Amino acid sequence: MAVLVEADRLRKSFGPILAVEDISLKVEKGEVLGFLGPNGAGKSTTMKMLTGFLEPDTGRARICGISVADRPKEAKAKLGYLPEGAPAYGDMTPRSFLNFIAEIRGFDGASKFAHVDAALARTGLESVATQRIETLSKGYKRRVGIAQAILHDPPVLIMDEPTDGLDPNQKHHVRGLITEMAKDKAIIVSTHILEEVEAVCTRAVVIDHGRIVADGTAEDLQRRMHYHNAVAVRVAAAEAERLAAALAVLAGVASVERAEAINGHIRLRALPKPGASIAADVGALLRDQSIVVEELLVERGKLDDVFREITTSSEGSRHA
Amino acid sequence: MRNVWIITKRELGAYFGTPLAYVFVVIFVALTGAFAFFIGNFFERGQADLQPFFSYHPWLYLLLVPAIAMRLWAEERKAGTIELLMTLPISTGEAIVGKFLAAWIFIGIALVLTFPMWITVNVLGNPDNGVILASYIGSFLMAGAFLAIGSCVSALTKNQVIAFIVAATICFLMVMSGLELVLGFFRSWAPSFIVDAIASMSFLNHFELISRGVITLPSLFFYFSIIVFFLFANAIIVEQRKAA
Repeated sequence: MAVLVEADRLRKSFGPILAVEDISLKVEKGEVLGFLGPNGAGKSTTMKMLTGFLEPDTGRARICGISVADRPKEAKAKLGYLPEGAPAYGDMTPRSFLNFIAEIRGFDGASKFAHVDAALARTGLESVATQRIETLSKGYKRRVGIAQAILHDPPVLIMDEPTDGLDPNQKHHVRGLITEMAKDKAIIVSTHILEEVEAVCTRAVVIDHGRIVADGTAEDLQRRMHYHNAVAVRVAAAEAERLAAALAVLAGVASVERAEAINGHIRLRALPKPGASIAADVGALLRDQSIVVEELLVERGKLDDVFREITTSSEGSRHA
Repeated sequence: MRNVWIITKRELGAYFGTPLAYVFVVIFVALTGAFAFFIGNFFERGQADLQPFFSYHPWLYLLLVPAIAMRLWAEERKAGTIELLMTLPISTGEAIVGKFLAAWIFIGIALVLTFPMWITVNVLGNPDNGVILASYIGSFLMAGAFLAIGSCVSALTKNQVIAFIVAATICFLMVMSGLELVLGFFRSWAPSFIVDAIASMSFLNHFELISRGVITLPSLFFYFSIIVFFLFANAIIVEQRKAA
């Protein structure tokens, strides 16, 4: 597969603050890369270096094999970029703004109007196309930003928090748009909304303190989680002791935790040994012992928890 | 060139899309007229020329041109649109020249709209229209030089007020550098060739020459080199911001 975006040991500091320490990554055609990290982790700075808005202190960025530093115009021509907050000229209308973008992108006459109309249609902006951008709602403004990024159908699309501040329907729409475009582009999407990674990304990179701390699919990340495939059982308090003892001796179970007690019920959590799947065994055990179960579920390990675990542990190791 | 023109077009559209353009043009035309008639004693002099009209231009520009220039880059930086602009496939130079040209053309439009002055003086007498044309050219060039300074300063900050004050101060010094107020400060200690050099930087001296109808090569060269120098500095500042 063709590598369309390449970051090679990017590093950037602002005075005494080291924003990006060392980031290398490759994104291939067809991939949607979710760029995750807490605020201030260096996501936006990395994107600004990839798009040529900032120059890295060391390292280089390539778009479609073209060095952003050496041939910026050519590299930028292959790129659609939605900066954080989707800035646009507020005194223009979406149509005049997109006309301007289309002209800069080298479209003329009929092809200019065709591209502008297509971008307006894809982002659902027709109804507000002649309203000034500064009078539009946040959701529409964001769509104007997306429209300018996809107008020239670029092979590489970099979007900084494309769904930030949108309502659920708009989020759904934007995600649909990303998925729709994914197959013939390399797309990088930064976000701190983890459900988004599961919804649209084929791969997730977690960065923290300017370094990559995890790289894999959403499922890979979940697998790193302590609670992945753990089985939680809620039973009456009276039964809890008996069940806990029985669970502890099951073959695949590493340990049993006692979670919160609510209204005379206790939630027990059986953690599996690495790679083991214990749901069936736990089910059989409950039937054999005829314990009345209020609730039974297999925990996936929420991406939120994974995220917190990865990014706080790297902080711990740094200060240690 | 194509990209420069696209940016110029967009910027010009932005001027006329907001009240800015109309406020500026009205005030410019009103003030130039008011100065010429009331302070310049246009009628009392009894001469068919526009000397009292043009001689106040440097002072008006001192106030009005930095007001146009302050937004050129500071506003882009503040609104974040600079990130959009600088990641489009254009060069820094194209962006700078495009924005500068838009502002310059805009001031040119305001200047052209003072044509009733020219009609008035032609109705009242037989002025030397060659001198008037030269004065218009001189005034336009001087506005361009002010604008280049303002554009350069505007790239240094995202605060438009700071951009305005600093640009106005620099322009003020450039205007005053031919006057004793500034020269006296240097005369006491600097060798005479430095004092002469500073005096020759004066906007006022060059403008007075041109508005007498004498368009000399050194004066043209002076204004163009100021414009080129400050736009070049502007480009360095914008590029520097990328690396910082």
